[in-house]
Amino acid sequence: MSSAASIQRKTVDVTALLVAPGVGLVLLLFLYPFLYGFLLSFSAHEGVGLRNYVKFFSTPFLSQTIATTLWISFPATVVNIGLALPIAFATRRHRLQRLLTAILVVPITLGTVLIAEGLLLYLGPQGWLNRFLLVTHLSTSAIHLTHNYWGVFLSLVVSGFPFAYLLLLSYLTGIDPVLPQAAATLGASPWRQFIHIYLPLLVPGLAIAFCLSFVQAFSVFPSAVLLGAPAGPTRVISIAAYQAAFEDYDYPMASAIAMIMAGVQLLVVVLILAIRVLFYRGPTVGPKG
Amino acid sequence: MRDGALTAKLWAGLIWVVIGFFIVNVFGLIAAVVVNSFATRWLGTWLPAGFTLQWYGSAWSEFQLDSVLIVTVEVVFAVVAISLLVGVPAAYALARRDFRFKRAILLLFVLPLLVPPMTYGIPLATVLYRLHLAGTIVGVILANLVPAVPFVVLVVTPFVEQIDPRLEAAARVFGAGTFRLFFHVLVPLLTPGILAAGLLVLVRTIAMFELTFLTAGPDSQTLVVALYYSVFAAGIRAGQSVDAMAVIYMATTLVWLLIALRFVNPTQLVTRVKE
Amino acid sequence: MNPSAPFSAAGESSGSKKPAPSGREQNFQQLRIEKISRNFGATAALAALDLTIRSGEFIALLGPSGCGKSTALNCIAGLLPLTGGTIWLDERRIDQLRPERRGFGMVFQNYALFPHLTVRRNVGFGLKMRGIPGNEIRRRVDAALELVQLQAHADKLPGRLSGGQQQRVAIARAIVIEPPVILMDEPLSNLDAKLRLEMRAEIKRIHRDLGRTTIYVTHDQDEALSLADRIVVLNDGRTQQIGPPEELYAKPANLQVARFMGYRNILELDLERVEGSFAFLAGSGLQLQGIAQECLTSKRAVIAIRPDDIAIEPAQRKINEAHPRNVIFGQAELVEYCGRDYLVDVLAESGVLLHARTPRRIVTGDRLRLAVSPERVLAFSPA
Repeated sequence: MSSAASIQRKTVDVTALLVAPGVGLVLLLFLYPFLYGFLLSFSAHEGVGLRNYVKFFSTPFLSQTIATTLWISFPATVVNIGLALPIAFATRRHRLQRLLTAILVVPITLGTVLIAEGLLLYLGPQGWLNRFLLVTHLSTSAIHLTHNYWGVFLSLVVSGFPFAYLLLLSYLTGIDPVLPQAAATLGASPWRQFIHIYLPLLVPGLAIAFCLSFVQAFSVFPSAVLLGAPAGPTRVISIAAYQAAFEDYDYPMASAIAMIMAGVQLLVVVLILAIRVLFYRGPTVGPKG
Repeated sequence: MRDGALTAKLWAGLIWVVIGFFIVNVFGLIAAVVVNSFATRWLGTWLPAGFTLQWYGSAWSEFQLDSVLIVTVEVVFAVVAISLLVGVPAAYALARRDFRFKRAILLLFVLPLLVPPMTYGIPLATVLYRLHLAGTIVGVILANLVPAVPFVVLVVTPFVEQIDPRLEAAARVFGAGTFRLFFHVLVPLLTPGILAAGLLVLVRTIAMFELTFLTAGPDSQTLVVALYYSVFAAGIRAGQSVDAMAVIYMATTLVWLLIALRFVNPTQLVTRVKE
Repeated sequence: MNPSAPFSAAGESSGSKKPAPSGREQNFQQLRIEKISRNFGATAALAALDLTIRSGEFIALLGPSGCGKSTALNCIAGLLPLTGGTIWLDERRIDQLRPERRGFGMVFQNYALFPHLTVRRNVGFGLKMRGIPGNEIRRRVDAALELVQLQAHADKLPGRLSGGQQQRVAIARAIVIEPPVILMDEPLSNLDAKLRLEMRAEIKRIHRDLGRTTIYVTHDQDEALSLADRIVVLNDGRTQQIGPPEELYAKPANLQVARFMGYRNILELDLERVEGSFAFLAGSGLQLQGIAQECLTSKRAVIAIRPDDIAIEPAQRKINEAHPRNVIFGQAELVEYCGRDYLVDVLAESGVLLHARTPRRIVTGDRLRLAVSPERVLAFSPA
């Protein structure tokens, strides 16, 4: 690098400037609106202040959306990561792994709207799932999985599990396979290789996978409307924000809800990252001489 | 030893049962949509009474799919083109140079991917309304650029880092100017990265619901938003024509997904490339 | 002091407390490798390797990259399942055991140190897996770190160590579990030349002090020659020759081995006749007498001569001078100064290029007379 750097020193400023359009775009379209929304959230019809926030937290209909959203998104994230970790581990060197990843990528790319529509049909009272349960006598009456909590929860698993799986698989395959081999020659059984080698090296990846999975689940919107009970048990915070903005045209209130949403989200991210700091955070391949 | 082997077998069996269960149900829900889109009448039976193609015709006219598709193509390709044009040079600068505020800039590129689109989508929509851009195609494109540009930056940066800087030094030693260096050395070497980033942004933009939903007007809906409205308003229209539209949406996405999978690793769809 | 003392004492106490894979088989008689092979798809990476190793022996597996030596080592360690053959530790068959049940110590090419564990915990990992109590682990790890002179770095993470230090950690980690056999996969290949010599001596010293059976994979014949009691030369997955270093050096079994042992002059000539063990050859303007290494049946034969075995003196050939056998006239084409001596590329009058080594000072363009003793010209059948 040193020789290249000295040759290119003359042009250093020009090259660094290449980052400018990207930065400008994100500043203009992300940071500026975000700050604008932040300021807007403190304005109300009566002047500037915390009124919107006070209103949000003093109106159960609004403030409960935080608990509702967490109550759906947190278990869904735990289930997704909890399923994805052992499955990614078991299939990481399987000959069917490429096929499996190609299949699992389908629900991610189809997006939440299509999954919601599909689940409405599939899980509905006349859907194939209930038919199967009735025919096989696994259930005596149709089970209700749509227009309630479970519909939204299941839609989050359908789109979230493949996401978590692909993410964890990429972290797992990034761990140098010679390390568990070394552990094996030192007497570690496959289970202890997992506990003593894979798991500690996977902590950073797990933290990031959890955060990204949680962002997805926490921002649940279309499936909560289409597949849930948007007036009651699945009235998530996105719905409240959307209604404030596009049904009540109360942009300051909508901005306040968006800020609260971002705040809760970032709080969870910070919490996860804080836990991660307690663990090893270095390269996941052995040091090279 | 034998017990260990048995538990290992049981464990592996359990894993594949769970995978199988998941895949069967996902295909179940996709098949349900496809079957319904061809159904004449489907009430209380395993399969519909008969099959027809009429819903595709009615979906096409009812939902003005021709204009929706044109909008979708315009939005998606504009987003891909602009995000590559802006993101690739930024990725190059970030991979090659150390400068002040580099960490802050990296954080700036990661943040839009770390917070729910709703949180910046609503204020962004508000700003766009003030600028009279909300409800237009330009507004939709601008909103979709917010996650697309950082994604391109994060996907392409490792590709740039893989290119030996001595190659560029060599090209300069042999007399290539900046312009020639870029088009004769960097672009060919970066083609796999640019292709990967472009395809991934394309697939993600087709499926991006929230931002388009918040900024689109009646004339600037993409396929996914039109699909949402049609499902939302189900009951007014026949469910089959909604599903016909869903199948059209699915086909659009899957075609690009299949193309993408030829060039990129599935894991790149959810995260940036490592190494 | 004798560094091995704390080791053997600890080994006995742990062996009696907990029947771990290692410790029990330390006093084995021989490791028998019987016709082991390993295929990858249709290609045989290793074909029927047969080898009996006595306890305490130092064996080197030598060959170019891709010859199957690392495959062989991984098969012995249990990291790769065998396609055929068996492995026995005395009367116990071990080839179907998983690596963690074999209890062999292994030093990997890139060391494979656990990046998230300190040096102390890296070295103690194998003992922990064997359920050995903490205070004893501490004592044995200390002894091992002392053996490799790394006490001062015990609490660092491996990423903060130099290549040579990482290498020592890897060795300490493998020997602390007192394995019956230590496997080393090109352990010196990532070190620079000076450090490689130092670590080579270190490995030799540890082997002398602890007397552990060692199987050592390398592509460097100097390493194999200096370390091993016996060398196994592999090429294309097939065993070429097994024998002590001196034997391989003086009497390579075939051309492949000769090439690998530094016989740089390889020429295909016409075979004039065979008298007893001597072969008389001619061609390319040369007339040579050598020793037939195998039954020479065809009309052609390939000779192999080491640069060191060619004697050089400056000489001008007189016109019409008789051309005795095993004497070649030529001109120095290229001279490399190697410190102790010169490596000279000599262009013979007949146009053949020969490599010779001499302490005599030679300058490019010098006219030279080369001579080689018939005993040092090895004749093989053409491949």
